[in-house]
Order: sequence, then structure tokens, then C-alpha cells
Amino acid sequence: MGDDVLEALAKSLEQEVSSGGREILKLLMENARISREENIPMCQDTGFTVVFLELGQDVHLEGGDINEAINEGVRKGYRQGYLRKSIVGHPLKRVNTGDNTPCVIHTRVVPGENLKITVAPKGGGSENMSALKMLKPADGVEGVKKFVIDTVKAAGPNPCPPLVIGVGIGGTMEKAALMAKEALLREVGTKNPQQDLAELELQLLNEINKLGIGPQGLGGRVTALAVHIKTFAAHIASLPVAVNINCHAARHKSIIL
Amino acid sequence: MDKVVITTPLTDDVVQKLRIGQQVLINGRIFTGRDAAHKRLVELLANGKPLPVDFTGQIIYYVGPTPAKPGQVIGAAGPTTAGRMDAYTPQLLEQGLKGMIGKGKRSPEVIEAIKKHKAVYFAAIGGAAALISKKIKSAKVIAYPELGPEAIYELEVEDFPAIVVNDAFGGDLYQEGTKIYAVE
Repeated sequence: MGDDVLEALAKSLEQEVSSGGREILKLLMENARISREENIPMCQDTGFTVVFLELGQDVHLEGGDINEAINEGVRKGYRQGYLRKSIVGHPLKRVNTGDNTPCVIHTRVVPGENLKITVAPKGGGSENMSALKMLKPADGVEGVKKFVIDTVKAAGPNPCPPLVIGVGIGGTMEKAALMAKEALLREVGTKNPQQDLAELELQLLNEINKLGIGPQGLGGRVTALAVHIKTFAAHIASLPVAVNINCHAARHKSIIL
Repeated sequence: MDKVVITTPLTDDVVQKLRIGQQVLINGRIFTGRDAAHKRLVELLANGKPLPVDFTGQIIYYVGPTPAKPGQVIGAAGPTTAGRMDAYTPQLLEQGLKGMIGKGKRSPEVIEAIKKHKAVYFAAIGGAAALISKKIKSAKVIAYPELGPEAIYELEVEDFPAIVVNDAFGGDLYQEGTKIYAVE
């Protein structure tokens, strides 16, 4: 668990009115401590490995296959780190690949001479409660809010609240989904640099925390720790909205080569 | 609230004393099982074949642990989403299964079957996998080793913390708890 989430959990204690909810928040912090001190994964679902690759346009990669190299890294990391192998090779035949590969790689070419690799293992329980909808432009911001709140409400206890929620608004169908996932990479507790989105994030967080779902869905006020929004231009006919739900794990790490 | 200590196998008497919201500490032997194992168990039943485990009075914990490091009993071992097992659960309750540990909502059919068979569904804290692993004193694979994290394990647990979400009387803590704290 990152320091950002740990801080957010500590803060959320003041906000939680349910005593059972407070107890759960404390246990989640205790779990994070044991996990760090004893080097045990904080959650047994060590995720589908999602990798964001930002390739500087002045970088030249020689020989081999960068995608295969990343998969080899996943293979080694999950074996040597005693992480769970949670991937089946075919969605319908469902046989475990045994090494958590393949991973999902999103590559973007950017100016510069660096290679930035971000690894964000994503748990299945929260991913399963995520949703996407193609709204009508007439639905506007109220339509977006309703869809986000309805998605969290329908998810209830399943994605292990308290949640971190990524929202992608605009673009095409897949662009909205990708933005929702990218939004999860922002540190919890940081403000959206766009003032209008920062306000929308706060409004959504307040509304979500009125649902009563609470820690682990057992009732309480802390259903989400943060809502992060990313937007992109949209077609004159479209208003796509994607909601990517993350549990309080919200794991991600970056390195620049 | 006082926590009730319960020990497996569970009897009707013990189960019928439990109510939603009750915190429990589970002791004794429990079995693990998740998606792939449930599918196989129900296929065996469909073909009239015996199950690899007698589930009478037993508890199934929905978990797929991380591999144990050398010297560890088990790796991280928190609950997985129970709803994915809903399609299979009523048939296992028919076989005498008395308890389930997981996280997340059950279907109306499962809640009804829990009531009918005087069983109980407990939630463990999702994401508290390192903490929960400390409550597991032994672990051995007893069926389907080829399923890796989805194999059926027999676990010995000591004061495994959980809370009653669906009791033998049709109660549902997820609904009740959310109602109490929702702000109109």
C-alpha cells in the first residue's frame, strides 16, 4: 500500500461515524503495517499486471522484443516475489498460465529520451464492478454524476470499500476506459490541476460517501477515499463515461530509465 | 461488541444463535474453494460422483492465497468475492455445508438457501490478507492441486475474525448496514 492511501485511511477515521467501520479502517492500516514489516502481500489478489510504457521518441531500443522483455519481468517478479498467479490464458477455456503473464501493456510515444515504466497490478474483485456507458450529450454533467454514483451503489460491498475511483469522460469507448484506469495512477490526496474537475471530484466523493455503504460495505460514511477524473475531447454525438473502481490497495510504482 | 468464538464443524444449534452483525472468531478446520473448484464440485454432483470432501457441518472459505514463502504456513489469504460462487452454493448447502466466508453480496437464491438449510455466510475483511494469514496455523492441499491458487486446501484456523452477513433467518447485514448510514 502506498503512503498516499495510508494517509487517506488515517484521515478517513475522523470522518467515519460507524464504530464497526472505524474498526475496519484500523484493521486495514494494521494489515498494511504487517504487510510492510513482514513482506507479505497486503492482498492475496496480486492482480492483473497493467504496465504503462512511456517511450521517449529519442530512445532507440535495440534487438529483442520490448513486450516480451516486460512479460519476462512479470514472470520473474511474480515467481521471486511469491505473488499469486491469477491469469488464465483464454477467457473461456480458463487454464491458468502459471506465471501471471501475459500482462496488459499500454504504450505511448512521448517527446524526450527517457523510458518510463509504470506497473499497476489490478485486482479482479474491484475491476469486475467497473462499468462504461455511452451517454447522450444531453445527459451532461448530471448524467455523468448519476452514472458514477449508480456504478458505486451497484458495486456495494464487492470491490472492498473504501475505494479509489477513476473516471474517464469523453473520447471514444476505449479512450474513456483507458483514461479511467490512468486516473487511478494519480496520488490519492492530490488535487486535480483543472479547477472544474477538482470541484466535480469533490462533489462526487461527497455524494458517494452519502450512500451509506461504508468500509467493507457493512455500513458507514467512508465508501470512497478519492475520485479522480480525466477528460478528453468528444465526438459531437457522444458522451462516453468509464468508471474504473479500485479497492484501497491502489498499487502502482514507476521507474524512469 | 463481544466476539463469539465458534468451532467447526458447525451444528444447527450454533448457527441458529448467530445474527447479522455478530462478530465471530472461527476455530478449527475449514476448507478453501473458489471459482474453478466450485465448478468441479458441482460437476461431480451432476454426474452422481462423490465429492473429495465431506462438507457436512463444514465451512468453505472463498480464497486463493499467494504462494507461501519458505518458512511460512501460507501466503496472503484474504477473502474473494462470494457472488461468483452463487451459481454453485445452493447445491453445496444441499450436501450439508453450514458456513461460507467471503466478501460481497449473495444472490436472493443463495440467501434463501442459507435460510432453508440453516447455514450462515460470514464476511472477512477484503484486503486484510496479511493480517488474516496470521490466523492460519496449517494449510495442505487436499484436492485439485493442478488448479494452483484455486486448489482446495484444508486450513487449521485460530480465532479467524469474521462477521455474520447472512444469518439462518434471512437477515442481510449489507442491506441493513447501508440503510442505517445512508444520507438522503
